[in-house]
Amino acid sequence: MARAATTADAFNAIAEPRRRQILDVLAGGELSVTGLVKKLGLAQPQVSKHLRVLREVGAVDVRTDGRLHLYSVNGRVLKPIHDWVKEYEQMWAERFDELDAVLDELKTKEEGDAGE
Amino acid sequence: MQVNSQSARVTLPTDEQILITREFDAPRELVYKAWTTPELVKRWWSAKRGETTVAEIDLRPGGKWRSAMVTDDGTEVAFHGEYHEVVSNERIVSTEVYEGIPDGESNATLNTVTFEQKDGRTILTLLVDAPSKEVRDMIVASGMEDGLQDALDLLEEVADSLR
Repeated sequence: MARAATTADAFNAIAEPRRRQILDVLAGGELSVTGLVKKLGLAQPQVSKHLRVLREVGAVDVRTDGRLHLYSVNGRVLKPIHDWVKEYEQMWAERFDELDAVLDELKTKEEGDAGE
Repeated sequence: MQVNSQSARVTLPTDEQILITREFDAPRELVYKAWTTPELVKRWWSAKRGETTVAEIDLRPGGKWRSAMVTDDGTEVAFHGEYHEVVSNERIVSTEVYEGIPDGESNATLNTVTFEQKDGRTILTLLVDAPSKEVRDMIVASGMEDGLQDALDLLEEVADSLR
């Protein structure tokens, strides 16, 4: 049970729109909580809460610089999750490419019919 | 003919949803026709991963549909469902059940496909509403070449390595 929970948690942590926003911002470089609050325009407790979830699943790393806690994205965690959706997207892309071919034929047929 | 082949876009609007969007260089009547005519569905539905062997479509509210394909390695993959709403050339709402799992019916998704006309082109959106995020994640993982288990193992491995 713990096995499944781990992966589902990581995936869902990242699927949440606000947390995606945080990851997007952090992808541009490490930031403190204050820095994130400024960039996102969200309340500090909200940002801290999301950061805690992201840290728990390992999606963000934190390091201490003096009194500052600096957060950064952990690419190793994000990549497989990104790839996960990409594979699904690829399946649909190929399905739609085939559909394109069918549509081209239908269009040609219609043009032929209109000309008669 | 010049085909403006756009790639499919997949997003996850909520924990239980998948949204697939694609623009087609064809009027929506034709996209709708290709989407709802069995002999045409047979030509695109397998996504180049095998051969579509079944495409049954009883396109009316309460009507049933079923699609099956045999993948290149001989595995049969089948889905079925029931139409809830059918608005010609505009919108189809139906359920979708994956037949490969024992409790498929209780894990059915509600799919809404819309066909929107824009300057002679068509924007197709398919919204998949899953009953839970677990089912949603499983559907997304089904696109993985190596299957769901490998995807989960991979994710778990990475998560574990960070403890």
